[in-house]
Amino acid sequence: MIFALLRRFGQMIFVMFGISVLVFLIFFATPGADPAARIAGRNASPEILEAVRKSFGFDQPIYVQYLTMMKKIFITGDLTSFVNRGWKVVPAVLDTVPVTLSLVIGAAVLWVVFGLLIGVAAAAARGTWLDKLLMVLGLIGISMPVYWLGEVMNLVSQSRYHDTWMFSWVPPLGYKTFSTDPKGWFLTLVIPWITLSILYIGLYGRVLRAAIIESLQEDYIRTARAKGLSETRILLRHALRTSLISFATLFGLDFGALVGGSALLTEVVFGLQGVGKLTYDALLNLDLPIIMATVMYASFFVVMANALVDIVYILLDPRVRTG
Amino acid sequence: MLKVNDLSVSFRTEQGIVRAVEGVSFEVAEGELLGVVGESGSGKTVSLLAVMGLIVDPNATVTGSITYRGRELVGLPAKEMRKLRGREIAMIFQDPMTALTPVYAIGWQIAEQILAHERVSKAAAWQRAVDLLAEVNIPNPAEAVHRYPHQLSGGMRQRVVIAMALSCNPALLVADEPTTALDVTVQAQILDLVAKLRRNHGSAIVFITHDMGVMAEIADRMMVMYAGREVERGTKQELFLSPRHPYTQALLDSIPPLKGPRPRRLRTIPGAPPNLLNRPPGCAFAPRCPHRFEKCSAVPELTGGARAAACFRTVPA
Repeated sequence: MIFALLRRFGQMIFVMFGISVLVFLIFFATPGADPAARIAGRNASPEILEAVRKSFGFDQPIYVQYLTMMKKIFITGDLTSFVNRGWKVVPAVLDTVPVTLSLVIGAAVLWVVFGLLIGVAAAAARGTWLDKLLMVLGLIGISMPVYWLGEVMNLVSQSRYHDTWMFSWVPPLGYKTFSTDPKGWFLTLVIPWITLSILYIGLYGRVLRAAIIESLQEDYIRTARAKGLSETRILLRHALRTSLISFATLFGLDFGALVGGSALLTEVVFGLQGVGKLTYDALLNLDLPIIMATVMYASFFVVMANALVDIVYILLDPRVRTG
Repeated sequence: MLKVNDLSVSFRTEQGIVRAVEGVSFEVAEGELLGVVGESGSGKTVSLLAVMGLIVDPNATVTGSITYRGRELVGLPAKEMRKLRGREIAMIFQDPMTALTPVYAIGWQIAEQILAHERVSKAAAWQRAVDLLAEVNIPNPAEAVHRYPHQLSGGMRQRVVIAMALSCNPALLVADEPTTALDVTVQAQILDLVAKLRRNHGSAIVFITHDMGVMAEIADRMMVMYAGREVERGTKQELFLSPRHPYTQALLDSIPPLKGPRPRRLRTIPGAPPNLLNRPPGCAFAPRCPHRFEKCSAVPELTGGARAAACFRTVPA
């Protein structure tokens, strides 16, 4: 098992290296485009262009350029945005990381808990009105676009009903750091958490219900019944337990993608300066250093999340422990 | 100990009602081994699943009477049935490759059953799992309890399933083709094991198979099923030496003979079993029967006691 974990870790490093090379080549070795001009931004003076060339080593071979870039991102951390006049890129990315992590982790807790509850309840009540109700609710949750739902949430909690007892606790939009104001942190994030998680609650509830019902057809469930176990135990310890394997796979993919910037719409709607928002702004300005850094950061989290899922996999499924 | 009377199981499907089992009656005495023979789809598994109370399909209807030691099982509340299942009546399944939950160690799965029925400590249940694995000849049982199903071969898994079935010393064991999915040498080992356990535990066994050779080896009494009905019953000797129903005769004819000249081709039964959705009127075997005559357009009754056949040729007029 230790060996399986170590091997997985090694694979992770390798994949990240591959991604960094690929991303670097896309931005810095695309034929017919001068990366220095793009980094310097529109209407840059020849002096700035020259400074960029020197600082990124564009007069040197490509592998030196790659190493310089990686050094700037990971070791010295002095990657500078020229479009934004001397903004240090790495601290800017690091500032947005806690925002995105707070948003996504909180939403993930909600969607795992409620996804499990809905999936198990619907599977236990399969074929009844409760099952149908939960599945219709799930479908509604999946169908509501997050930017629309977020705006409706804002309309209701920030303006229309803000002065009623129900929403008077909702603070104005924005992010408060956990270390200085834990209560404010929590209150500002409650509505974004709910908004972001509703889609996933619906999705996970439906997927889990289907997986449990599929497991219930398996031979080992008949064995469990023949053993004289209670239906609850069969559902939770046998059908749900084997269904968790596919649940974890799905979770890793979604979680990684969200932390890597897919929570953009939620971040924009609720005025949270997260990784998605930062990347989006950088794309508008064609701010190459920031794009480079956020893409590296995003891929890091996607790969990390996948490695974590594989580790959870090893814990959940004895069949992957060996071999 | 087990009396099944006029048991019928039907399933509602989109195409209509499938009568999987119709009017089957049989008895099992304490310590006896009843063999149930018939080809696929003859209703042998379904009728025994009904005995176990394991027909959970909401579209299924079970009628008739099943009494176990004087208690009626048809219509018994699920909670009461659960107390019997696994403790008094246990079952071994056909395919050991899929019969165990893949994510738990085999010791855990055996202990789970013991803990569901008896008030013993976890350690005691675990120890009993080790003893049971030793009893079914699994090498190094103290280490084997920690293994997962995927680490064991089919024969080993079937031993685990048998150990699990025996864990609460059941009075009745239903074995649903426990050797079909295994290769021949392993089959022989499992049959030896069943015979040994029968001696040690004294459980009555209902053994479902389509293999006449297996029956010849272990059965006391036999029951032959065809198209959801019982067609013949009697002791093993009676059925093998003087079969009365043409279907039983045809089954015996399809076994390659050990002595004498080898036939060029093995005898087979022409045709296929009837579709249970629209069963032809009369004897279900008539379309394939070499001896059919006018009377076969009616359904033959299985009359008589321990020795009977549902055929107009043999039923005294």
